[in-house]
Amino acid sequence: MDARRAPRAVIDPKVRRVGFFAPPEPDPISFEVSPSANSLSPVMIPPPRHSSENLGLHTRLAATSPSAQESFAAGSYSSSSDFFPAPMSPATSPYSSRIVGGDGDFFAGGKAASSFPRGGFDLTATMASSVPASELTTVSVVNAASLSIRERKKANKGGGSAVEVKDQALNTKQQKKEKTSKAERRALQEAQRAAKAAAKAEGNKASGTLASVNVKPAKAAKPPQKVDNASVAASEKKGGDRPPEKDRKKDVPQPRLQYDDKSRVEKAKRRAVVKQTEAKNRVELFRHLPQYEHGSQLPDLEAKFFQLGPVHPAVYKVGLQYLSGDISGGNARCIAMLQAFQEAIEDYRVPSEKTLVRDLTAKISSYVSFLIECRPLSISMGNAIRFLKSRIAKLPLTLSESESKTSLQSDIERFIYEKIILANKVIVKHAVTKIRDGDVLLTYGSSSAVEMILLHAHGLGKQFRVVVVDSRPKLRGKLLLRRLVEKGLSCTYIHINAVSYIMNEVTRVFLGASSVLSNGTVYSGVGTACVAMVAHAFHVPVLVCCEAYKFHERVQHDSICSNELGDPDVISTVQSREDVNHLEAWANTENLQLLNLIYDATPSDYVSMIITDYGMVPPTSVPVIVREYSREQVWI
Amino acid sequence: MENQKASAYYENRAVQFGVVSTDWLAQAQSATVHSPPHNNDDDEEIPFSVISEFDRWRKHPDLAEAVAAIRALAAVIRSSKASTMMQLEIQLKNASDTLKCWDTTSISLTAACDLFMRYVTRTSALEYEDFNSAKSRLLERAEKFGEISFKARKIIAMLSQDFIFDGCTILVHGFSRVVLQILKLAAQNNKLFRVFCTEGRPDRTGLRLSNELAKLDVPVKLVIDSAVAYTMDEVDMVFVGADGVVESGGIINMMGTYQISLVAKSMSKPVYVAAESYKFARLYPLDQKDLAPALRPVDFGVPIPSKVEVECSARDYTPPQYLTLLFTDLGVLTPSVVSDELIQLYL
Repeated sequence: MDARRAPRAVIDPKVRRVGFFAPPEPDPISFEVSPSANSLSPVMIPPPRHSSENLGLHTRLAATSPSAQESFAAGSYSSSSDFFPAPMSPATSPYSSRIVGGDGDFFAGGKAASSFPRGGFDLTATMASSVPASELTTVSVVNAASLSIRERKKANKGGGSAVEVKDQALNTKQQKKEKTSKAERRALQEAQRAAKAAAKAEGNKASGTLASVNVKPAKAAKPPQKVDNASVAASEKKGGDRPPEKDRKKDVPQPRLQYDDKSRVEKAKRRAVVKQTEAKNRVELFRHLPQYEHGSQLPDLEAKFFQLGPVHPAVYKVGLQYLSGDISGGNARCIAMLQAFQEAIEDYRVPSEKTLVRDLTAKISSYVSFLIECRPLSISMGNAIRFLKSRIAKLPLTLSESESKTSLQSDIERFIYEKIILANKVIVKHAVTKIRDGDVLLTYGSSSAVEMILLHAHGLGKQFRVVVVDSRPKLRGKLLLRRLVEKGLSCTYIHINAVSYIMNEVTRVFLGASSVLSNGTVYSGVGTACVAMVAHAFHVPVLVCCEAYKFHERVQHDSICSNELGDPDVISTVQSREDVNHLEAWANTENLQLLNLIYDATPSDYVSMIITDYGMVPPTSVPVIVREYSREQVWI
Repeated sequence: MENQKASAYYENRAVQFGVVSTDWLAQAQSATVHSPPHNNDDDEEIPFSVISEFDRWRKHPDLAEAVAAIRALAAVIRSSKASTMMQLEIQLKNASDTLKCWDTTSISLTAACDLFMRYVTRTSALEYEDFNSAKSRLLERAEKFGEISFKARKIIAMLSQDFIFDGCTILVHGFSRVVLQILKLAAQNNKLFRVFCTEGRPDRTGLRLSNELAKLDVPVKLVIDSAVAYTMDEVDMVFVGADGVVESGGIINMMGTYQISLVAKSMSKPVYVAAESYKFARLYPLDQKDLAPALRPVDFGVPIPSKVEVECSARDYTPPQYLTLLFTDLGVLTPSVVSDELIQLYL
């Protein structure tokens, strides 16, 4: 507690400075702010950010005319949009990194940490260099806007039920384990980061700023460490060994766990753009995956559409479409994301005192964090983002801003055309050679590549029949069925529970895939493994159609350690059967959990052939293509 | 009617090796029927030179058909009068297509031509040299490829010796010169082993192989094709050659190979395939009917009623899960590596 009291001394001089230098026109606001801040100081012990936010809060509350205040805030807010995103994006990334697993997560976290100190120090330097008074006012108003967002979250959180509190307690308990393991393993890295932060503080000190500002950088240096801790903890959470965690769990007393982890969860929520509510009745086996209540996110985001914040409107729109499910499927989501990035790059302006390469990369990272909050990335999107970031990093320094932007946009355009559109055409050309007159082809769900294959074979005049296998809750096979019937194909539609009955007359099975992993495992929509295994038992060849840009070097043996959870409410109801509602209000039953998995993993033993834009290959050759693909990307 | 469908490859092979059958006269007549299309090639100079060069190399008794094709293509480069790389590549491609059309059912011929084109033209230095330097470099690579292919058999024979131990019994199916080379080298190394030859109807390839092995003083037992399962108890390993090795790691070989592999698999006997790397083809069959048919006449010794249908396919496809190892000039490979090699070469 003593450590927290020290910051108070820093706050007061800053407040007085702002009040003193303000121009005559905003005098009433400043006058009202000062007494309120003074009156709050003895009661609350907030970090520096909280202090500025409280100022904003009271400014808003104290305003005599609300409409005038709002118009003033809106005007100044839009003018400062370039300046505002810098401090916000690092705050967003650590929270989102908690959601995503694997190497990409750690990389994203590291990126956020490296960008935050720079942003923070820039902010300090700007204030110290005695900028015009109007900009100072703008900064405080911007903080007010962000504070109002956080305020709503606090209010919502306060209304949580007892069950929710209980879940949080369990969650905080889990968080504590990570903290302990982090402390043991990362001591050396912590020391290095502390040294780096100290070096930066000294660098700032050398610039000859006032004594009060000297204290401010020292305080600002602390947040980056917290950010690092959060992202490191998140990555360790995924990669840590299970047995040691179990042993460690018994050793740690519960009261201490609950307190510390709770604060971390709160911080993560505060930073997020999307309001996430922890789900009730979480499934124990999948506790390591994010489980949120669906339905509350979309209205909240829609309401905030005109308070854009750090996210570009094109990216914001795509995020909404992900949330609502309007855009689904690996290719469609990837193309939509890349096109949104193209628009964002078009509107991008390099801030003064920054380089395009660093700042644009940070911006893209913040956009990605937002999209991850709307829905976790597919592997195709991850590979595309990696491609885009490598292109940004390789931009020659000699290029002008407009030339760089044009180059990036054409790179994205070429990626979409060559890796997705053209790849699909090649896949269709290869796959059609495996369709003969009299064949009975079975497909599961709805895959764009498989649909193109069937339509093309039909166009060539081949005589074959299609069996479309479907499954709840999404029933996406219906959409495919409708499109095929419209084109004149002869179709059979069955549910997945009858697949063993129909497999006897099937001659080929065509499946799409979200990804193919290094050991030949096919990562695809849930149910794919079931269909492939039945086909294998009946000695029917299974052909997986997947573009090479969806291949990934990860190795995975099951669909538990990495997966995505859908809305459990969807499986408690049956479409167009309102009378079947036995699971209504299932969340109130403590010993009942509904699990709606999105993906499953098909072992390579059940796959006869993988059709990709590099030809038809056995599952054992995926690593060769991954290697060749990586090499080719470098050459681009 | 069956004779007209027969593959030119098998016709020439039958004539060349003097297999006597009751349909001998009919085959001779069929060969006569095929003569006119061949004569048409005389009108064109370049295609004629390719075919004549190919025929000349093919007459060599120990030279594989694919190696003859490779030599012929190298000769095309040598005798080409083109003045630019583009013209030379076009001529080479036309010659390659002409050779492939000579027998569209020969997988090793097609694979060898494709690999030759890929090997020869895949050199990044071509873009920076003048034409004469580039042409001589191409010729150098062409000769090198021919040499490598010609020596493939010896390399495979040497690699295979580690798998043949004293006292072992080997089952051989089909007449493969690579397999014969392997067994010959083992005999020369004073290893004591026994060989079971399948009869190999209707070509009677087992008879030819048993004759060759008898000359080497190797103990040989000739078994009829249906006796494979019966004798598999005594067998330690199975050796087969390959008409082609496909991208899945499976092989296309003389009819009966798949059947023998199934028996060997169920009785836990290893199946070793001896194949040169120029037989690697970018094909991926899913089942037997996925292949272009290669037909040949079947002699049952007695007249067959016209209402009876006869299966005339000459070869079958063996999936990779029934094969243990591939002995190639690239080394001893598992079937799954075939695709890796093809990907690296064709990407």
